[in-house]
Amino acid sequence: MVVGVPKLSVQDLTVRYGGVTALDGISLDVMPNEIFGIIGPANSGKTSFLRALNRMEEFDSNMTVEGKILFEGQDITAIRNVYALRRKVGVVFPLPVGLPMSIYENVAFSPRLAGVRKKAQLDEIVERCLKRAALWDEVKDRLHALGSLLSGGQQQRLTIARALSQEPELLLLDEFSIAVDPVTTMRIEDVLKELKDEITIVLVTNLVQQARRLADRTAFFLQSELVEVADTEELFTGSVKDQRTRDYVEGRFG
Amino acid sequence: MSVFARTALDQQNRRVEWLVKTLFLLMTVLLIVPVILIMGILIQRGAPVLSWGFLTEVPTNGMTAGGIFTALIGTVWIVSVALIASVPIGVAAAVYLSEYAPDNWLTRSINLAIINLAGVPSIVHALFGLGAFVVFFGFGRSILAASLTLAVMTLPIVIVATRESLQAVPHAFREACWNMGATRWQTIRKVVLPNSISGILTGVILEVSRTAGETAPIMFTGAAAFLPFLPQGVLDQTMAMSLHLYVVSTQVPNVPEALPFGVALILISMVLVMNAASISFRVYLRNKRKW
Amino acid sequence: MPGDVQPQAVAGGIAHDLNTRGRDWYVDRVVSVGVFVGGVSAIVFIIGIFVFVTREGLGFALGTLDLKEFFTSMNWRPTSERNPTYGILALMAGTASVTGLAMLVAVPFSLGAAIYIAEFASGRLRESLKVLVELLAAIPSVVWGFIGMSIMNPLIIDVFDVPVGLSVLNAGVILGLMAAPIMTTIAEDALKAVPDSYREAAEAMGATRWQVIFKVVLPAAKNGLMAAVLLGVGRGFGETMAVLMASGHAINIPTSPFDSVRALTATIAAELGDTARGSDHYGVLFTLGIFLFVVTFVINLTADIVVKGVGKRQ
Repeated sequence: MVVGVPKLSVQDLTVRYGGVTALDGISLDVMPNEIFGIIGPANSGKTSFLRALNRMEEFDSNMTVEGKILFEGQDITAIRNVYALRRKVGVVFPLPVGLPMSIYENVAFSPRLAGVRKKAQLDEIVERCLKRAALWDEVKDRLHALGSLLSGGQQQRLTIARALSQEPELLLLDEFSIAVDPVTTMRIEDVLKELKDEITIVLVTNLVQQARRLADRTAFFLQSELVEVADTEELFTGSVKDQRTRDYVEGRFG
Repeated sequence: MSVFARTALDQQNRRVEWLVKTLFLLMTVLLIVPVILIMGILIQRGAPVLSWGFLTEVPTNGMTAGGIFTALIGTVWIVSVALIASVPIGVAAAVYLSEYAPDNWLTRSINLAIINLAGVPSIVHALFGLGAFVVFFGFGRSILAASLTLAVMTLPIVIVATRESLQAVPHAFREACWNMGATRWQTIRKVVLPNSISGILTGVILEVSRTAGETAPIMFTGAAAFLPFLPQGVLDQTMAMSLHLYVVSTQVPNVPEALPFGVALILISMVLVMNAASISFRVYLRNKRKW
Repeated sequence: MPGDVQPQAVAGGIAHDLNTRGRDWYVDRVVSVGVFVGGVSAIVFIIGIFVFVTREGLGFALGTLDLKEFFTSMNWRPTSERNPTYGILALMAGTASVTGLAMLVAVPFSLGAAIYIAEFASGRLRESLKVLVELLAAIPSVVWGFIGMSIMNPLIIDVFDVPVGLSVLNAGVILGLMAAPIMTTIAEDALKAVPDSYREAAEAMGATRWQVIFKVVLPAAKNGLMAAVLLGVGRGFGETMAVLMASGHAINIPTSPFDSVRALTATIAAELGDTARGSDHYGVLFTLGIFLFVVTFVINLTADIVVKGVGKRQ
């Protein structure tokens, strides 16, 4: 049972790319300080869902979004500063991205945008975020090295460090472990478990077991539909409402 | 017989292959060799007149003697003003096309306009410059009118070079910045432009080389055959290297043979050096990968 | 910690944050307007060229111009006092003959060079050849004209034993050498754009290198190659200084490559300086400019369409 004001309230969300419907009338709530998992096969609309959450359709002339998304009660299409919204939402993509600047500048990017100028402050933020992203020990002696030339696993942790430097309310992860080795995956999963107390996390994953390990509640998306949402344990121990969910979870298709 | 032994058909194919390859190589060579020969002749016939004085003295004796200083300075003036006019607009246009423009008819029209701008004959640009800058806007025959004419003509060079270098920056970088809450401009300013400056510079050097060599667009808009003094401001007329070559080879009587060759040699060297600089800069950049 | 704070207070904070526009919001807006202006400037200039050239030529075009005489008469005598005539047939023949010869010379060599660079050369050699071609394209047109006058001229007189070396042949070869590098570059791009999978599929079936080129790559690159030729024609058509200096000055329809001719572009360049603004001679030269603008516009448009393959059966 979940009580309280939802962090995120999605009502009848429909996302289209030209003539193709990626999400068809999805409604769900994400509660504060939970890890909300989203599982489902490819092309089910999971990525489109995340993109709609921080209004990325502004950068894609092909993408149309209908329906309502409330972020802490605020209708995100009615706010006057969409950049402030994006700053409160951290995003981690499937493909690791290290910006072509020093590791230090990668993590200092968002704080600088927010107006932080003093070196001492930036130093502190960079160290704190790199430590929390489990990357500090490996790069602390070469913070001037190019972020774009790090290994895949390091770049993914760098992305997390960047996301943390935004001091986000919400963290969105889209299949973050695809291009990353199992050890790094485990380290990042530990980081997420620690972060749960401070921020709310939406975790899209193609690894069903990863949802089981991390998510409090999990949603199953299938071909642009939200099939069901349930407490993770219930989803995986068989008391599911929909046969399709059981089939997917048990690996009969994917 | 072994399956891998050469058949008669194989032999024939190999011969034809060799013939075709050699034929095309020959064609390539024939394209390039005449130019090398020409450079050789220019150097040979122009050498007698070359000296430090040639570059620093003004033309004398009805332009049959002396140097080319006035023309050189004039070209510097014209190129500089043309750059100041065209680079900001060109870069802005390229940024628009690469970072902002949606995929619609307006964008397609802009691209078509750029291609056409590049294809308009230089003499038509001259007519445009005359009608627009000299007459309509009232600048008269001046460096300003000539430079603006050249700026319009070479705008496509800057736009295309800038756009290509902007688009060479991977889209993923932009998405990462946008997702962090950066505006389009902040992303361009902090990530895209700094990683494209080099490509833009290459385009600028190319534009300089093209502008320095053009004759027709400046003939009627501000360049004069002979002036006894250097220009003092943008509303003055001026001599120019490209026009000077035309004048000493067709309009001046009793010119010693080496003089026009010398002028041609200097002009072609200026242009080739700038292009070579642009090319080597590009090669240097390719080896300095940042991602 | 967020969990301790009352929901309303937090909502108030969020509402404020999300609805306050910082300086960067406004700067972004201004920049987007600025670059848009830059973007449409290309359209503005192209229209501007048409407008201002027409403006100066309108007087003549609407008044003295006789379209039939313009296009069908060989008599170009704008300076005649008693009976000025404005027939451009001979001038068009001049442009056509020089451009035609230039294409005859340039197209096979450009294509050959493009094929060699794209299909046979590799690595260092390829890079060097591309650089050389680029340098060739950079040579200014007035220098080419000078070469025509001072090198080709005596050469032609010697080799072919003719009295005059400024002719269709001279300007044609020079123009060919000028247009070739551009055509080579565009053709090479078109060939490179053909996916390697085509070549690999053909080779897997046992075709030799040249068979792959002739039967697979060339047909696949057909559109781009045609565009290259069209753009070369456009370049030749619009070239001014080189043709002015190398083709001679006789206004007639050439019967041999050794005849002197005058091209449309060269005519404008040669005569504009002697005209008074507002006079018929001035006006007809601007009208010629409009004609040139329209023709090159059509050529470029065609090349653009050809590249996209519209109207071509695949």
